[in-house]
Amino acid sequence: MTETLPMAGAPAQVNLVGLSKKDYGGAPSTLCQGCGHNSISSQIISACYEMDVRPEDVLKFSGIGCSSKSPTYFLNRSFGFNGLHGRMPSVATGALFADTHLRGIGVSGDGDSASIGMGQFKHIIRRNVDMVYIVENNGVYGLTKGQFSATAEVGLELKKQGVNQYMPIDIAMEAIASNATFVARSFAGNPKQVKELIKAAIAHHGIAVLDIISPCVTFNNQENAYHSYTWGKDHEAPLHELSFIPARDEIMIEDIEPGETREVTLHDGSMIVLKNLEKDYNPTHRWEALKMLEEAQRNNWLVTGLIYVEPAKPSFTDTYNLVDAPLNRLTEADLRPAPETMAKVNALMF
Amino acid sequence: MSKKIVNDFSITVGTVNGSGSSTANNTILRALFKMGIPVSGKNLFPSNIQGLPTWYTIRVNKDGFVARREENEIVIAMNPNSFARDLESVQPGGAFFYADDIKLHIPREDIAVYPMPVKQIIREQTAVPSNLRDLVANMVYVGVLAQMIGIDMSRIEAALSFHFKGKEKPIALNLNTVRAGAEWAKANLVKKDPYFVEPMNKTDGMIMADGNTAAAIGSIYGGMQFAGWYPITPASSLAEALNDYLPILRKRDDGKHTYAVVQAEDELAALGMAIGAGWAGLRSMTSTSGPGLSLMTEFAGLAYYAEVPVVIWDVQRIGPSTGLPTRTSQGDLTFTAIIGHGDSHSVILLPGGADECFEFGWRAFDLAERLQTPVFVLSDLDMGMNQWMSKPFQYPDTPMDRGKVLWEADLENLKGNWGRYLDKDGDGIPYRTIPGSTHPASAYFTRGTGHDEQARYSEDATVYFRNMERLKKKNETARQYVPKPVVRESRGAKIGIIAYGSTESAVEEARAQMAEAGLKSSLMRVRAIPFTQEVKGFIEKYEQVMVVEMNRDGQMHQLLCMEYPQLAAKLRPVAYQDGMPASARWIREGILKFAKPQQSSASRKMGAAKKGASKKTAVKKGAKK
Repeated sequence: MTETLPMAGAPAQVNLVGLSKKDYGGAPSTLCQGCGHNSISSQIISACYEMDVRPEDVLKFSGIGCSSKSPTYFLNRSFGFNGLHGRMPSVATGALFADTHLRGIGVSGDGDSASIGMGQFKHIIRRNVDMVYIVENNGVYGLTKGQFSATAEVGLELKKQGVNQYMPIDIAMEAIASNATFVARSFAGNPKQVKELIKAAIAHHGIAVLDIISPCVTFNNQENAYHSYTWGKDHEAPLHELSFIPARDEIMIEDIEPGETREVTLHDGSMIVLKNLEKDYNPTHRWEALKMLEEAQRNNWLVTGLIYVEPAKPSFTDTYNLVDAPLNRLTEADLRPAPETMAKVNALMF
Repeated sequence: MSKKIVNDFSITVGTVNGSGSSTANNTILRALFKMGIPVSGKNLFPSNIQGLPTWYTIRVNKDGFVARREENEIVIAMNPNSFARDLESVQPGGAFFYADDIKLHIPREDIAVYPMPVKQIIREQTAVPSNLRDLVANMVYVGVLAQMIGIDMSRIEAALSFHFKGKEKPIALNLNTVRAGAEWAKANLVKKDPYFVEPMNKTDGMIMADGNTAAAIGSIYGGMQFAGWYPITPASSLAEALNDYLPILRKRDDGKHTYAVVQAEDELAALGMAIGAGWAGLRSMTSTSGPGLSLMTEFAGLAYYAEVPVVIWDVQRIGPSTGLPTRTSQGDLTFTAIIGHGDSHSVILLPGGADECFEFGWRAFDLAERLQTPVFVLSDLDMGMNQWMSKPFQYPDTPMDRGKVLWEADLENLKGNWGRYLDKDGDGIPYRTIPGSTHPASAYFTRGTGHDEQARYSEDATVYFRNMERLKKKNETARQYVPKPVVRESRGAKIGIIAYGSTESAVEEARAQMAEAGLKSSLMRVRAIPFTQEVKGFIEKYEQVMVVEMNRDGQMHQLLCMEYPQLAAKLRPVAYQDGMPASARWIREGILKFAKPQQSSASRKMGAAKKGASKKTAVKKGAKK
């Protein structure tokens, strides 16, 4: 990622909340040079900066693995919780009750979400917890040095591991099967799309699952491997050209023939504009989404873009009818029943 | 008929699980309680929804000893499948009531036998709809028993009115059946056994509650905001009680909620959610039992190491593994004390009854937030699910302690200069900020990986060592905050007894029995781990200290030996478990087995201690024989 340095004497460029892009940075990455995860971290930084999100309003979550290390590398000014392997969803679910004004951004991996954490992955989706759930998907366990993950394709051959015998788990398909309200797939080699999808995911009210193919340059980047840069570049088949338009911007759609675009309005009034490519894809149709994923699987297409969205469903915390003030700002006066209730409670006992 | 025996006997009712007998049994229990007689009721039930034999045992005792007894003076048999066993269980001279449609031979002549025409009586209750007949039929034995031992009908009415929340129709339906049973007994049965109840005033000012409900209500008074849970016997009713009482006790004019209770997909997620909420500044809890706690282990270690406040209730059942899911135990103590891999120390509270379940319900949050650590509360199935006589719940006597928290203004004063894991006060407890704080210096990164004082990832050896030493220091600090033991000393006693949790009444009864035979003892009921200094003082004071508990291996005994190796030679494990609530019998026998010869003339008098039971070889044996 390149950043234009301000000229000497000129004020640093700031966004609407008065922050420069640097304010969204994190610690230097300790992942491998060229790791897809680093590129995704950069897009998270850009997306938050461009959306004028206050870093203090973001909670970062992760599990265990290379992907789960990455929240250290963005948004230093956000609280973060790097929990247990496969258990990011439950920690996030509880934490996001504390202040529903906060936005959750979770980063997990294919080992973290599709193996050890499959149960929690499906259940956080089923609950429609309001957060961005990124799976940095590389088909391999990195930190333990190159074992197959559950998203590795049949026939993948890895050093020391031999040939993978099992059908892969499709993150996007699992998400849709669990009634996700926002499912997208992208490719770390397509940073522009990654960024737009992250923005849309942040704006989405409810769970937003981003399955991002994020090559592991050390253990699984052979040309013929499904999760490699080369294969991704050769086989990427975007469903549409996608741009995110924040709620505050006036929408100007010019020079586009009717029928060429589709707009999806999100809960906060922002909009995703999808420009059709080869054909018109409707991302609000669950069955069509599953059919398309099945087709992509059969034809070896790396389909990217917004696969499914259902913007109007209430989020998990919505269903709890919470007070407007953040729960974690409530005091004893709000929380401890008054002394005169004690006698009544004792009377209720018998 | 021999001399009247008043307010001192046990009743056991044998029924078929799922037949609706719990209403009947609770009615008897509550009516006796309202008569002012100390009473307990324990449900000895199978892991089954319908069909297997189940028992309910009630003890009345004028002296206030309400632990389970192993003897039954009165048995009511409603289940043909347990009939023979139930008949056999009646003490000589006792009474045996049975539903007369059970046509089985009754070979005993040393007891009073009372057949009850249950089916006939319920058929005559034409107001009872046919679909409710089997359920309401249980009220026949309530009526017969009431007539034969002298339970006030007005107290039964009060109990039914409570049970049916004042709804007239079911109250009348059941009460009329009770009356019909009583009238039939009056007209047809001749009292042949000596057992009677008479009103007393010994339950004045007391309440009846189960520990799980008490724990839930206590948690609500502690300002509980988040609970993640997963169904498991015997803990489910704790979370369900939260759902029952939160809408009443935390009702707001705008109808909005200041809390959330989430049924998770499993126990891992239950604690994971609770940890997330605790980390984000909510008073957060979960409730489970042994198998669930096993699943929570990794998360418990994370909360310990990352220093996240959370309260974990373990309503213990008997294990290992699935064990006996509906039977009680104190078997999770050592597991909880050092839960998780690597070095860790847990803060554990040990409530002794329903009133303490309430108290520890709110106090646990104060401790968790003060110490920034998981606080475990260990009750058990007997305490959690059975109705206990209890002192009324006392409103918290201290304001909420939210611990060392820095909000925006605090950080402003510090000019943003703070470290999440910095031991600024020298007590091992650092300061924390809460997500949502808008101060730019408030954020930190919580992790289960090695971290330095600024919460940065670190693999540095000295940083790691320093952090773990601080955590150890924090555990030392915990001693000054946890509840002190309850001590009852007898002048001249040479034997001390350490017990905890639900065994108190059984231990007190054993003490009284031994004292009557000339062996005095003092009692310390430990209420928390880490141990406070009083525990050491107590052990030092007595020649021998018997550690009484409901598990096989003497887990509290082990922990005390580890904590006080120099005093270990004084400590004796009186440990026994079979899933049943504690009885004075095994406690007394266990203590007498270890009591030194000069002290154990009592043991000879009571004919319990085996002569020459070696103090040295008996260190690890179970107490029963």
